[in-house]
Amino acid sequence: MVTLVSIPVLWRRWLVFLVGVVPLLWITYRTVTHQLGADPAQTIVLFLGEWALYFLFASLAVTPIRRLVRWRHVHFRWLQTHRRMLGLFCLFYVLLHITAYLVFILGLDFARFGQQLVERPYILVTMPAVVLLIALGVTSTQGMMRRLGKRWLTLHKSIYLVALLAWVHVFMQVRSSYVDAVLYGVIILLLLAPRVIWWWRKH
Amino acid sequence: MLIKTRTDIPASEITPEPVYRARRDFMRGAMSAAALGLGAIAAPPLFAAPAHVARGEGRGPDWLRAQIAAADENTRALGETLTPFEHVTSYNNFYEFGQGKTDPADKADALTTDPWSVEIAGEVAKPGVYPLEDVLKGMDLEERVYRLRCVEAWSMVIPWIGFPLAALLQRVEPTSKAKYVAFETLVRPAEMPAQRSRFSTIDWPYREGLRLDEAMHPLTLMAVGLYGKTLPNQNGAPLRLVVPWKYGFKSIKSIVKIVLTEREPKTTWNMMQPREYGFYANVNPEVDHPRWSQASERRLPSGLFRPNIIPTRLFNGYAEEVAHLYKGMDLTRYY
Repeated sequence: MVTLVSIPVLWRRWLVFLVGVVPLLWITYRTVTHQLGADPAQTIVLFLGEWALYFLFASLAVTPIRRLVRWRHVHFRWLQTHRRMLGLFCLFYVLLHITAYLVFILGLDFARFGQQLVERPYILVTMPAVVLLIALGVTSTQGMMRRLGKRWLTLHKSIYLVALLAWVHVFMQVRSSYVDAVLYGVIILLLLAPRVIWWWRKH
Repeated sequence: MLIKTRTDIPASEITPEPVYRARRDFMRGAMSAAALGLGAIAAPPLFAAPAHVARGEGRGPDWLRAQIAAADENTRALGETLTPFEHVTSYNNFYEFGQGKTDPADKADALTTDPWSVEIAGEVAKPGVYPLEDVLKGMDLEERVYRLRCVEAWSMVIPWIGFPLAALLQRVEPTSKAKYVAFETLVRPAEMPAQRSRFSTIDWPYREGLRLDEAMHPLTLMAVGLYGKTLPNQNGAPLRLVVPWKYGFKSIKSIVKIVLTEREPKTTWNMMQPREYGFYANVNPEVDHPRWSQASERRLPSGLFRPNIIPTRLFNGYAEEVAHLYKGMDLTRYY
């Protein structure tokens, strides 16, 4: 039977890459064709932020799926090969999210940005997450993995903190409905729970 | 940046006020011609109204459309660019239909606005359930161009059609005990999907309120139309409040109940987040929302590479008319 595993790894990489750029192409198309309504800036910023979150979820899902899901002879060990790209797409959409906010909402007025950081704590809480994500992106290469040795894993476990801060960022913006915040919270809990259990068993 | 396209609304898409007025004149002419049975002669194809004007005659009963067509024009012109009709009617906060800005335009079509009646109760000499037709009977409608400043820091300029709330209140004769006016929006889960949601933190009905002197102020409008047409459902058909010097959430939509009270009434956003939304909710650049600044606003439509950011004005630019209402009040305390 033909499964994803039987596709050569390079093709699979291209497939993941395509999935990664589709959201960007989609929002670009909607922008260019004036389909974003009265406040395109807001729509674009929200859209990019949501996709950053989705790629964060995807990269966090790799390990639990790989270790826990097995169906007859189908295993998901091959997913591991694509985790780096999923993580990098998360970083990519985070950077676009921030750039869109700076350009489209603030008009590149950095004085106003400083002011907003102070006035909008939900932006401030993401700062450590952004710094960490950039650090993870920079150290994601094979060379850096080798150079950092054991410390690499420790550093990259900070993605859990990033996930929690991302959730706080969403939660703090809730106005009247908790649907999204609750949904994202449940997803993050489901993704982090196996890690906690594994850690518990080990100690 | 990867996105290189300018998405400013082309100037050609914005209806300049004179053109808009001319269209209204045309429509009015066509209407009276039709009334004389000359419709076919008076409206040869050459003069057919532009598509989006013809589209938007609005729903609602004939009597209401006729009354709106007869409204006095631009009794309060602003000299500011109007936000185009398509944005005014597709970018809305109307939580009964969902959280998203396009939810109301997508889902409000199902709302039945005719027949409609408004219950007026509390400290009035003439309480009762008034059919909308009675509410509007003998009311002189007028067009007023107002700024609308949302608490979320965006704003629009909208040509409403309506009558002063004072005219309605005077009719029902408030008693000497009346100090506040409370309003309620329709509750009809069958037609308002978000009222069926389990995740909503809003305790329906949506409630708003004004102090009696605010309610009696000549700027306070009960709107039944915009851009020369009946209100689209997503904008609060068939009858809504417009209080231009307060944040948009005070301007309650699709009103079914008005109660005059002795005590300050409960209001929806204040019930949910008292630290963030006060009873007064006057537009004030000096008093920030706890989670964001209110010093400036994005006037919609706002271009992508040239965000239309303008400073927010005290009482949304209506200080001259309304500041006296709040003389001696600490506006940082009574936000």
